[in-house]
Amino acid sequence: MNSPLLRVKDLTIDIPVGGGTLNAVRGIDFDLNRGETLCIVGESGSGKSLTSLALMGLLGGRIKRTATQMEFDGIDLTKANNKTMRALRGDRMAMIFQEPMTSLNPAFTIGNQLMEALLLHRNVGKEAARARAIELLEKVGITAAESRLSQYPHQLSGGLRQRVMIAMALMCEPELIIADEPTTALDVTIQAQILRLLVDLGREMNMAMILITHDLGVVARVADKVAVMYAGELVETGSAEQVFNAPMHPYTRGLLRCIPQPGKTERGARLGTIPGIVPNLVGGVTGCPFRTRCDQAVAACRDAIPHRKPAENHRFRCVHETGHQIAETAV
Amino acid sequence: MSDATTNMTPDPMLEAIVGPTPGQMLRKRIFGHQGLMIGVVVLGILVLVAIFAPLLAPHDPYAQSLMARMKPPVFLGGTWEHPLGTDHLGRDYLSRLIYGARVSLLIGLVAATISGVIGTAMGVAAGYFGGKVDAVVTYLINVRLAMPVVLVALAVVAILGGSLQVVIVVLGLLLWDRFAVVMRSSTLQVRGREYVAAAKAVGCSTPRVLMSEIMPNIANNLIVVMTLEMAHAILLEAALSFLGLGVQPPTPSWGLMVSEGKNMMLFEPWMVLIPGAVLFVLVLAINLMGDGLRDVTAPENRS
Amino acid sequence: MSTTETNHPVLELRNVSKTYTVKQGMFGKPKPLKAINDVSLSLNRGEVLGLVGESGCGKSTLAKILLGLEDPTKGEVRVDGEVIGATDRRTLARRIQPIFQDPYSSLNPRKSIEDIISLPLRVHNIGDSNSQDKAVRDILDIVGLPQRVMRTYPSQMSGGQRQRVAIARALIMKPEIVICDEPTSALDVSVQSQILNLLNDLRAEFNLTYLFISHDLAVVEHLATRVAVMYLGRIVEESSVGGLFDTSGHPYTQALLKSVLTPEAGKGVPDTELGMEYPNPIAPPSGCHFHPRCPMAMTHCASIPPRPVPTPEGHVECHLFDSENDHNTGAPLVREGV
Repeated sequence: MNSPLLRVKDLTIDIPVGGGTLNAVRGIDFDLNRGETLCIVGESGSGKSLTSLALMGLLGGRIKRTATQMEFDGIDLTKANNKTMRALRGDRMAMIFQEPMTSLNPAFTIGNQLMEALLLHRNVGKEAARARAIELLEKVGITAAESRLSQYPHQLSGGLRQRVMIAMALMCEPELIIADEPTTALDVTIQAQILRLLVDLGREMNMAMILITHDLGVVARVADKVAVMYAGELVETGSAEQVFNAPMHPYTRGLLRCIPQPGKTERGARLGTIPGIVPNLVGGVTGCPFRTRCDQAVAACRDAIPHRKPAENHRFRCVHETGHQIAETAV
Repeated sequence: MSDATTNMTPDPMLEAIVGPTPGQMLRKRIFGHQGLMIGVVVLGILVLVAIFAPLLAPHDPYAQSLMARMKPPVFLGGTWEHPLGTDHLGRDYLSRLIYGARVSLLIGLVAATISGVIGTAMGVAAGYFGGKVDAVVTYLINVRLAMPVVLVALAVVAILGGSLQVVIVVLGLLLWDRFAVVMRSSTLQVRGREYVAAAKAVGCSTPRVLMSEIMPNIANNLIVVMTLEMAHAILLEAALSFLGLGVQPPTPSWGLMVSEGKNMMLFEPWMVLIPGAVLFVLVLAINLMGDGLRDVTAPENRS
Repeated sequence: MSTTETNHPVLELRNVSKTYTVKQGMFGKPKPLKAINDVSLSLNRGEVLGLVGESGCGKSTLAKILLGLEDPTKGEVRVDGEVIGATDRRTLARRIQPIFQDPYSSLNPRKSIEDIISLPLRVHNIGDSNSQDKAVRDILDIVGLPQRVMRTYPSQMSGGQRQRVAIARALIMKPEIVICDEPTSALDVSVQSQILNLLNDLRAEFNLTYLFISHDLAVVEHLATRVAVMYLGRIVEESSVGGLFDTSGHPYTQALLKSVLTPEAGKGVPDTELGMEYPNPIAPPSGCHFHPRCPMAMTHCASIPPRPVPTPEGHVECHLFDSENDHNTGAPLVREGV
């Protein structure tokens, strides 16, 4: 257990578009151990969903993925062919999507869809698969599990569907779960329940989890490791405590100032803002991608940006050694 | 002006409006679509031919000459006097083809317009108002779909007598079903958009909401169905004329020309093949254009 | 918070109900769905009333009634004391305007920004084209958009810019009341704060009254002066923002507050103790609608609907707070599983 379950080095994703190449993801590195939860947080267009699809080998044909290293439990994913990937997907690595309504097939019963992966990947009979399906539905907190098997997705509420999605992902006891905005479409109360469920199950089954989200609250409460993504780059990585209690990169700090925090932000006071929009990533990106919106930007931001390591496992990329020009008071 | 703006005045975000307008993007897609361009060019040529028929036709399409019956076209050993030969009454085949384009295009355009108006009104009303209106329209559509078009058209034309006007009106009153179905579902999609709610909240009257919020957003589908139904109407006219119940002789109609040539088909196959080929080219061009328009106006659904 | 707040309700809902009939399946019997069940609510000038609740609780239906897009089945809506019927949609439009959730759906993609913003003026024949043009330029300035966007189309803009256009359209007729229906939930975090700041500034500048519908309690706490919590068509608690967030009463409000995930590392995901899923509004639970999910439910909660109990800052509908209720001796209700 010394080597991590998943190791990614210099992952790059290029998308050919009319008139050039969109450098959607550039040089991403991270490690993930068993039982750990990594949250990739970023706004729309940051490339966080592409990253998860790249890990699963689910990028569209035109999209180019390169990496110097991408290993899942010793299997080199950069060289894995379709057959290898198919064997991994649904079995050892599983994915949970944002909108359970569109990721469940409306034409098949819950039971059918739950048992499918198991029958496909494992040499088990129908009865055993059925028993396993019932067991998992109960595990994700669904009552009357046996009768649910014959129901269709449209007969369930959004929260229940997301639970079914989770049960489906867990059927083959995967070692890695990638959840892309699993709670964004849900109500806050249901969101808390689903997140608790994911965290508990992850711990219980010693699963590694990658959670993609834009919600800083979710990240702070769920993550062991946090990766802040901006315009295709990881601008800051570290433990949840490091990133939230001592954020270094100007983007991370800016994001935290943008959200009203009950008890901390004065009611009705002005919230912090990050002016501007994500830069155009077509055709060569140099320097810091955040410099167009950064209040700390200097001329050197156009050049190569150094990696900084303020603490063990805490990294960020900025020309300023502490992420800002002049010492700031607490965020 | 206000405190509200002070934070954003030198906002680089606002420099970011650089994308082309929807019109520019549409133009780019139109010119980049091969099928659409081929369809438009071919159809354009045929329309021009129809408009300038009197200038282009070498002979009077009605002038008979019993001395020059069934002359073969040039490529089968005929003369340039009649490039595509003459028919069994000695009328110049090329001139009849050219004038025939007028009949086909006229029928296609007018019949599709009539059914377009009927079907759009019904479909939009059904989709927008729902409830009882929708139930009635859906019932009418089902009734219409249960009627075989060709059979009904044949029966009506047989009773009223065939003529250009009768064929146009009959086809116009029969071909609205697809308009109604498509417009109904497009309206259903658009009706739930928040800009419709916003327009209502602003105080827009229902006709105004329909005309300025709903219609512009379903017009692309209307155009696509329109082209398909034009092709449909043209083919039906040819079929009716072929059966002797459409446009009446001596009017030059491609369907009629095929019909008149069919007796000689074994000996002079070109008499059927030439009008058949032009009909094929016209319908193909319209369908290419329709498919192309569907592609370029609904880019959200395909990458 | 604001000096311009008065106690004169500028907008009032009196015993408003909205019932839909829904048919389940092709041959199902039509059943009534009480989207809004006897709701009374008032908005004072200059205040921001936050309306929170889960999806399906009826908050969007309430917004539609206030905008005149739906007629209430029962009850009345009053603006400045005057009863408004749905026939007065045009009159209502000049006083109440909406800002919707999804800026990608709220702007007609076939129209230029100028057309979109000036639509209210054209519909109501306010001014000639010159003064309309000037009004559009002014309002663009106010919402922080440059004038050259006038001839662009929604597809050329980012989400935040579109929401500014939607705000401009809502404000161009100088309404008194703005119904904000989840105005920031479709936006990125960094854009959300800009829009919230803008809404706050505009309220102060134009003395606007907001009904701010949101599921994000952190945002509501930040912006609102008063909060109403809705559950299955009823307003189960209403209070000033301080009263609600600092000393919340209703168990449902408490659960909502608990489920707010503040960005604080190491705190873990809270247990909301809300057992079941949100109930089906066609067949709401008996008694107190909330009792199957309530961690504090007592036996009589399942049979007796709670009545509104006045509190210093509003009201709460819960047996726990009804001191005159002699049922409050009951044993705790045993809850069914999740």
